[in-house]
Amino acid sequence: MAGQSDPHISLFSAEEVEFMAEDELIEIVPNMRMDPLNFICGDFGPFLPQIASQVPLWLAVALKKRGKCAIRPPQWMSVENLTRVLEGERESQGAFQVLPFHYVEISRLLFDHAREDIPDMYMVRSLIEDIRDVRIHKVETSLEKFSGTSAVKIPNLSAMEVNIIRPFVGRALQAFYKHDNPEKIPDVDRASSAQTRAANNEPRRQLRR
Amino acid sequence: MASGAGDWSAEQIDDYETLISTTDVELLKRAWRNEKASPEILPFEEALVKRAKEQIQLMEETVDDFAESGHDPLIASLYQMDLDRAQFLLRSYLRVRLQKIEKFMFHIWKMDTYRNRLSIEEEKFTERCIRDIGKHLEETVLSKLPDNYQSVLKQSIISEEDDMVPEPQLDTFIVAKCERATRPLYLDGSRQSASFDSRNDHFQMVPGDLCILRYRPFQEELMSGNISLV
Repeated sequence: MAGQSDPHISLFSAEEVEFMAEDELIEIVPNMRMDPLNFICGDFGPFLPQIASQVPLWLAVALKKRGKCAIRPPQWMSVENLTRVLEGERESQGAFQVLPFHYVEISRLLFDHAREDIPDMYMVRSLIEDIRDVRIHKVETSLEKFSGTSAVKIPNLSAMEVNIIRPFVGRALQAFYKHDNPEKIPDVDRASSAQTRAANNEPRRQLRR
Repeated sequence: MASGAGDWSAEQIDDYETLISTTDVELLKRAWRNEKASPEILPFEEALVKRAKEQIQLMEETVDDFAESGHDPLIASLYQMDLDRAQFLLRSYLRVRLQKIEKFMFHIWKMDTYRNRLSIEEEKFTERCIRDIGKHLEETVLSKLPDNYQSVLKQSIISEEDDMVPEPQLDTFIVAKCERATRPLYLDGSRQSASFDSRNDHFQMVPGDLCILRYRPFQEELMSGNISLV
């Protein structure tokens, strides 16, 4: 169902979501000396051995790949915190725990490129997978209770989760809206919106005979 | 990010601090996300694109200098990565706009509000696109149809409006993040506050809120930067 997102309907590709996550800041501990970097996306450094420094994730990964630094996993990625989050997710059916918007992508990138910097890597990894599963399941069950409206708050949903439900929820709400409001729309609007639908929905276009 | 309405002032200070430290890349990324997610074409970010182009050009020169002077290849490659990321954003932003123009060219061209949102280059592009597509349809199909059915814009001459022109669907649903607190808003798009108490369908967002919204009533909030699309 909603989990199967077709790359053609989903707005942002997985790569694009990852691209956005790569701008999140993370702490690294360099093992070399390097002058400040004055990038278009901001200034970082100077880098000194054993002195922690904040850099965007993409830079951290690039330095890590070349063996120039160790990455400090963010606070929320500790086993205690994740255990607490997982319990919280399981206890409250309606609400989602607070996690970074890009928690899935950040943890994926760190697992792929900085496994030796994460204490209890396997534990952390399985906790995050469990959290993901519980949350996706909650998203799916809460979708069953969805009703037609123009605005829904979805507190603490993450980028990946938003991206997965977007095509399905967007179209569902639009359908609700269409069926709820044919009479609320003034005549002029109605006429033009009916035509819009015809013109925009190419496969279903009806030709005048 | 706190989603409760509680710590207001702290959020506002945060807001101010992010505002002064926001880089053009960050702004370009927001413009790119908004443009990708919104059903209609948004006003062209002229000043921002100009600044981004200048910075990219400067960075290209810097990277070239590094290559020539035999600078530390690590540093050169890091600068190259930063450059690639900025270029990707700029290209993707411009490309998304061109895709929208190709899709809605006839509609954009006849509505002044949309036409004014284009850059000079985009305007030229739209004009040429309309001419070429028009000519193509004319030659391949329309000229072979009966007289009453030869318009690019109308199904037949009895159509009162241009009913073969695709228009953006403003009632699509988008996912938005609140950047600055929005004013209470009635979801049918009205804003009269007189009957405020008698109605319970008003909706308000505070910074950090994440929502799924119908695009039409929130157009203004997007243009004023109170919300951004994700």
